[in-house]
Amino acid sequence: MDQLLQHLLNGLLLGATYSLLGIGLTLVFGLMNVVNFAHGEFYTLGAYAAFAALVGLSVSFFLAIPLAIVVGAAAGALCERCLLRPLRGESIDTIMLVMIGLWIAMQNAELLGWGGVAKSVLTPFPAQPVVLGRVSVSPLRIFVFVVSGLLILAAHLLLARTKLGRAMRATFQDRETAALMGVSIERIHTITFAFGAGLAAAAGALLGPVFLLYPSMGDLAALKAFSVVILGGLGNFVGAALGGLVLGVAEEMGAGYVSSGYRDAVGFIIIVGVLLLRPSGLFVRAERVG
Amino acid sequence: MTRVCTVALLLFLAIFAAGPVSAQQAEAIKIGVIQPLSGPVAASGNYVRMGAEIARDWINSRGGVLGRQVQLLIEDNKSDPKEAATAAEKLIVRDKVPVIMGAWGSSMTLAAMPKLEEYGVPMVVETSSAASITKRGNPWVFRISPPSEMEALGLEKYLKNFGIKQADFLAVNTDWGRGAASAFGDLLKRSGASVGATEFMDQAATDMNAQITKIKAGSGDTLFVTTSVEQITLVLKQAQDQRLSRKVITTGGSSSPSQLIKQAGPAAEGTYHILFFLPWFPEAMPDGKLAKAFVDEWTKRGHPFEGLTEGFRGHDGILTAAEAIKLAGKPDPKAVREALWNVNVMGVNGPIKFEKDGPAGKESGQSKPSIFIVQIKDGKIALPAFAAKK
Repeated sequence: MDQLLQHLLNGLLLGATYSLLGIGLTLVFGLMNVVNFAHGEFYTLGAYAAFAALVGLSVSFFLAIPLAIVVGAAAGALCERCLLRPLRGESIDTIMLVMIGLWIAMQNAELLGWGGVAKSVLTPFPAQPVVLGRVSVSPLRIFVFVVSGLLILAAHLLLARTKLGRAMRATFQDRETAALMGVSIERIHTITFAFGAGLAAAAGALLGPVFLLYPSMGDLAALKAFSVVILGGLGNFVGAALGGLVLGVAEEMGAGYVSSGYRDAVGFIIIVGVLLLRPSGLFVRAERVG
Repeated sequence: MTRVCTVALLLFLAIFAAGPVSAQQAEAIKIGVIQPLSGPVAASGNYVRMGAEIARDWINSRGGVLGRQVQLLIEDNKSDPKEAATAAEKLIVRDKVPVIMGAWGSSMTLAAMPKLEEYGVPMVVETSSAASITKRGNPWVFRISPPSEMEALGLEKYLKNFGIKQADFLAVNTDWGRGAASAFGDLLKRSGASVGATEFMDQAATDMNAQITKIKAGSGDTLFVTTSVEQITLVLKQAQDQRLSRKVITTGGSSSPSQLIKQAGPAAEGTYHILFFLPWFPEAMPDGKLAKAFVDEWTKRGHPFEGLTEGFRGHDGILTAAEAIKLAGKPDPKAVREALWNVNVMGVNGPIKFEKDGPAGKESGQSKPSIFIVQIKDGKIALPAFAAKK
């Protein structure tokens, strides 16, 4: 029973990190229809930006996170402006190839700039775990869990309730009509991509200290983010949040009770199942037809 | 326009292709190196490269080999077995190297090995621990690192000091990790201890909480961890989060305890590490003077101290390869392979001399390296009392 509770807790904490990785991607993928292979690199960028702010500028950990988000969003805006805008209207394959190129270029730039040796980030949280009855958890992971939840909620509210969010949704549903209604289409594209990149950077800044920083850290993150987006449905924030939790708990239970060697396989088996049975995602309401 | 571009591209290629040709005129002897310089285990590969460069510079400052300078051609296998095979082929076919050193991970080495046999070029294996490397009957393989079985034997004499009753294993899901778990498991069973859970993790995995929870539910007293230093750091931190109280022993020699102290902090306290070089106590090595000189040169070059426990492998590997070329009298792959059997040099780890291993008639070479064990105690590296010189 203790073991089950600990597995469940581990799974939820892990799942929250997957959700956080997924929301930025679901935004860019779902709304803009850009398959952002460089998502993991914005995650890496965020982690290294937080590290640089902590070590280079010696700011506090809590200030380093928003700084990293700003760096990530700025990089996202720049990338949208220089790479995606000139390619507007090109086929999805062309854009996909460009994003793969960006992924490789960014990863090698990280390797060049920071070297291959893993870095570890110190946080103000104590190393001793918090003990809750028979299970225990590190304070840092509780913090990450809470902040992830808040970020997901904030992103959801921004998209659903604000004028900007409405403009974003309108732009990607029907750009001509949105433009006729006075929405600045180009600006919305830049903002949306920057928003997605900023969320990835936030994930990097939060998870960097939980794990380690190295240039290829984004590969695994991107893989999980894509899984979460498929589970949750394209562009669906609540779906991504729940999809992350489902994936986290499934992997944890798979590793705990089936075989740890097949840990990642469990996640992908679920994804194959979802693609076969509910191709638009686990948490999508009935499709609108016509 | 297109034609202009094509001409420009051809010119560009011609200039680059001319590069190695002019280097060849200087008559340098080439040694191929395959290491993971990027990817999840990049740190280790880069340290091995740094050590290899020290060996190259030392050999060249002593006048080189056969009166010619030694040149290293270093290829990145990206921590990926497929890339390791490609790198081996590239070094052999394009660069025509007479000998290769590589390829860090067992899975990477195993993937490169068929290319050695196909083209007939020997490789000095500097890090890989999987038993299968020298058991497959590939006569082009010469290993200076200990296979997991040999490492387990190195631990055997201290086994009673650990008082292990039941041990669990957490290993990377590669040839190395799986091989180590079975070799150390066999040793423990032979000595009357039992083996509890054997758990694996993907090479790139960052969250090992599930495995740790499962291990915690058992009743073991010792946990053997076999993986790269990056993952050991995460395992130790996550074990602390879950209050896992086990004696931890890492195997494979890639644990870099200095880096663990830095990155895992208190979570690394009390852990034991099997190593093949003791940069903290160079005088305890078989050739204290050489070990000390290597540590000094490493520090002088500004390389991180925590890389030394990997870096020495690069030195010893290149030393072995260069010695074989010298004995062969010419940089020819077949002659170098014959000469490798006669190599008898003193490396940083200790004497290097190959014995036959694997199926008769197609034996691989296996050297018998020195094996050490250290403990992290009060944030420092210590030789456990039982392992100190008797």
